[in-house]
Amino acid sequence: MKRNGTGLRAMVATAAIFALTAGAAQAEELRLLTWGGYAPDDVVALFEAETGIDVSVTLSNNEEMIAKLRATGGGGFDLAQPSQDRISGAQEEHGIYKPLDLSKVDSSLFIASMLDGTKKNTEFEGEVYGLPHVWGTSGLVLDTAKAGSVKDYTDLCNADVAGKVSYRLKRPTLIGFAFAMGMDPFAAYADPATYEDMMKKVEAKLVECKPNVKAYWSGGDALINLLRSGEVVASMAWDTGGWKLNADNPDITFVAPASGALGWIDTFALPAKTKNEDAAYKWINFVMQPEIAAMITAAAGNFTASKGADEFAEDALKARFQASFPAEAIDNIKWYPPVPAGLEDIEGDILDRVQAS
Amino acid sequence: MRKTFAEFVAVDDVDLAIPSGSFFSILGPSGCGKTTLLRMIAGFLQPTSGDILIKGHSVLDVPPNKRAVNMVFQHLALFPMMNVAENVGYGLRRRGMPREDIAKKVEDALVRVGLPGSGTKRISQISGGQKQRVAIARCLVLDPDVLLLDEPLGALDLKLREHMKVELKKLQHEFETTFIYITHDQSEALVMSDRVAVMNAGRFEQVGPAQELYYQPKTIFVAEFVGDSNKWRGRVAAIDQNRVTVTTAQSGRISGVAAGPCSIGDDVEVFVRPEAVALSRDGSALQTMANHMDGEVVSVLFNGAASRLLVRARETGDEIDVALPQTGEFNDLQAGQSVSFGWSDAQTKCFVIG
Amino acid sequence: MNHRFGFYLLLAPLVVWLGALIIIPHIDLFLTSLSVKVRPRVYEIGLDNYTAFFGEPLYWNTFARTALMSVSATALTLIIGFPIAYYIAKLAQGRLRATLFVLCLLPFWVSELVRTFGWMILLRETGVVSSALQWLGLTSGPIEFLYNDAAIMVGLVYTSMLFMVVPLVTTLDSLDNSYIEAGYDLGGSSFAVLREIVIPHAKPGIVSGCIIVFMLSLGNYLTPILLGGKDSLWFTQQIYAQFITRFNWEQGSAFGFLLLILSSLIVWAGLKLTGQTLSKTVGQG
Repeated sequence: MKRNGTGLRAMVATAAIFALTAGAAQAEELRLLTWGGYAPDDVVALFEAETGIDVSVTLSNNEEMIAKLRATGGGGFDLAQPSQDRISGAQEEHGIYKPLDLSKVDSSLFIASMLDGTKKNTEFEGEVYGLPHVWGTSGLVLDTAKAGSVKDYTDLCNADVAGKVSYRLKRPTLIGFAFAMGMDPFAAYADPATYEDMMKKVEAKLVECKPNVKAYWSGGDALINLLRSGEVVASMAWDTGGWKLNADNPDITFVAPASGALGWIDTFALPAKTKNEDAAYKWINFVMQPEIAAMITAAAGNFTASKGADEFAEDALKARFQASFPAEAIDNIKWYPPVPAGLEDIEGDILDRVQAS
Repeated sequence: MRKTFAEFVAVDDVDLAIPSGSFFSILGPSGCGKTTLLRMIAGFLQPTSGDILIKGHSVLDVPPNKRAVNMVFQHLALFPMMNVAENVGYGLRRRGMPREDIAKKVEDALVRVGLPGSGTKRISQISGGQKQRVAIARCLVLDPDVLLLDEPLGALDLKLREHMKVELKKLQHEFETTFIYITHDQSEALVMSDRVAVMNAGRFEQVGPAQELYYQPKTIFVAEFVGDSNKWRGRVAAIDQNRVTVTTAQSGRISGVAAGPCSIGDDVEVFVRPEAVALSRDGSALQTMANHMDGEVVSVLFNGAASRLLVRARETGDEIDVALPQTGEFNDLQAGQSVSFGWSDAQTKCFVIG
Repeated sequence: MNHRFGFYLLLAPLVVWLGALIIIPHIDLFLTSLSVKVRPRVYEIGLDNYTAFFGEPLYWNTFARTALMSVSATALTLIIGFPIAYYIAKLAQGRLRATLFVLCLLPFWVSELVRTFGWMILLRETGVVSSALQWLGLTSGPIEFLYNDAAIMVGLVYTSMLFMVVPLVTTLDSLDNSYIEAGYDLGGSSFAVLREIVIPHAKPGIVSGCIIVFMLSLGNYLTPILLGGKDSLWFTQQIYAQFITRFNWEQGSAFGFLLLILSSLIVWAGLKLTGQTLSKTVGQG
């Protein structure tokens, strides 16, 4: 309890105090709240050389980003990188972000369709809160030699992979299964009652599927170990995990499921109490340059919304991407729409019950 | 019986028989092996060689909890988490005796040690003397063949200790159990015991009744350790049957009896008890004694009945410890006064050194 | 005046520590737990978060399961730790004693995460234990030891051992050997001596060790998550889920508070049952 409740708050508060004092003492600093691989050391060094601004990087994930910013009312960081679907809901509930000044961003650096899509998805009360940065998908990571029968999420419940399956007990699993079961959860986002019915069907499927599961994975490294050792042959995971394993074992790779991979875009968003807005915009414009974006792609394993960065990306990565995504699979990607506030509660109950069953 | 710890021989070829129902003490300085001996009898240690027989049966294979031998520990080891009755009843409970019988026997034992109705008291609530009695009752309620006591009076103050000596002797008499009592305090051993063994460096120096140890010590160690003595070193000058004449370093001559065989020219130590020395203001009164000399009082060490005089012999300069007779005659004696003193040759023991 | 000033100065770190890190966060936690969300950014005061705990069987089942497993882990730690502590306190001498103590401490030189990963390497299907058993020919195929309640138990006992052994060694150390010898001498078997003399004497140490281990197990998060199976539910996990994945801080705070109250109740019941008081055990342990 201490660990997760008060401890977290105390930690965040202390971290904030340190960050504030550190910020005051030094000339200029950009405190970045982001994901692993999104601010690699070489990029940070180039940025510091060009602008003289120190970058301090805090690694996190969607849930923890929101929790951290909520604890301080949007303080402690100058730039955050939540997924585009998790911005407007969090903004509505907690008011932790600040509208973006689009005039300070060089929009020519972005792939136009992605920029427009993200702007639309991160809009709240007429203001834009997010700009696209890195995008990717989640789907199936399979040992194709041993789990040939798995074509979609629901195939993870097939008898021939029994006991050798792993997925997360998190919302992407619920959404993925819903699609694979022929439903459209995104269309039901606006109607909690329909959504709940849908989730109940998914719950029944996941409960039925439970004996097939070896373990619910919670960290990317744990899953990679399970797949590499052969203890798990079929799993639901991010594309990059599959590509990373593919480099070592050609049998293992990322497969877009028949019902469509789930597409996500991680964004740039300004915390409500950002102390160094200028540096944040400088960082955005800096990392969206094609060469820099390619460096981030190399580190994170995912492509960016930077226009023309593909040219600079590694050929091996491009090859893996093309193998996982034939043209029709790209069209079939289900992009996450913004999550309305309150859906997490419905999902949380479902996940609890699946685990308890 | 023999016990060795690695290189160290703690108990060396000790052989003794203790008559059933007697009070037997083992007296010795600390580190002499008496505790080791006791723990072997109790069963906490195994002898390296030899045997222990109780009532004619070897008990070497009997673990301590099965031996009909119980021990009163140095610090008593009364269980603090139990009350007095539970302490006394502990051994009976182990034997699986019915509850009512235990209660009866416990109260019986408490009455016999003079603590009726104290059963419900906590150990921390009773006095030192009462604890002694509880510790003894706790053992005796089991009717052991032998009761071992490991200096149990050591922690008591002087007055209580004197009292408990008498008490212990009485208890032993009453229960008619064999007591083996170890101590470094000679007065405890002498007062209570039927027989005393004096132990030194893992061996028994002498075993016998208290009087024998006191009046007829067989070795230098016993003579020195039991009671106080004046001591001279000298050489045998003449022998007449068992009567010897010794020349001391200060060229005095002392007549005495030899404690063992000796011959002219042997180096000897001569022991005389302070209370064997007679005192007189008039030198002629002591002329009949085999040893007599004149001297002066160096100091008076007044201690009631145990008062002593330190006198210096005029001829040899020897300083001699003399018990102050409490007949009233010498009550006004003071340092610097002249006195005569002497003792009989029968009271003078000569031991050959080596 | 001067004297009093010095006194307050000495007291200050304690007050600051208690206030800033314990009391204020708990008040904050309590207040949060009383607010009920009506709609985004609108909250009311109420007890809904607490009634939710008792209304949803999943929640109190999870708590009951967590408490039960923690009690079992505590009992197991005691059963394993007691002989170790007895050996250290009564039988081991000098160097060996120090070595054994260090061995108990050793796991704490690395972080909890590393310790837990260590167990995962040992217990997993392709792990050390399974491979060793196959190599010895004791089993024909790989065995999965991980992802079940037994694995959680192993992890919890391992993590807690030191906290049981230290208070036990302290109390057993203070038991004079002559009590044990007297226990034997008066006809007691080893079991009787243990039950009547050693355990009653060590009771304060046992109780304080048990309280610490129980609380540590109950509040553990990583071990049940990483070693536990797909059915494994741990109450701290529920709290984490409420705070982090469900953004329901109000419910999470209520759970936190309930954990505090319920675990205190269990400890209190344990003390009552063994006839100990907190001051006695903590004072001794």
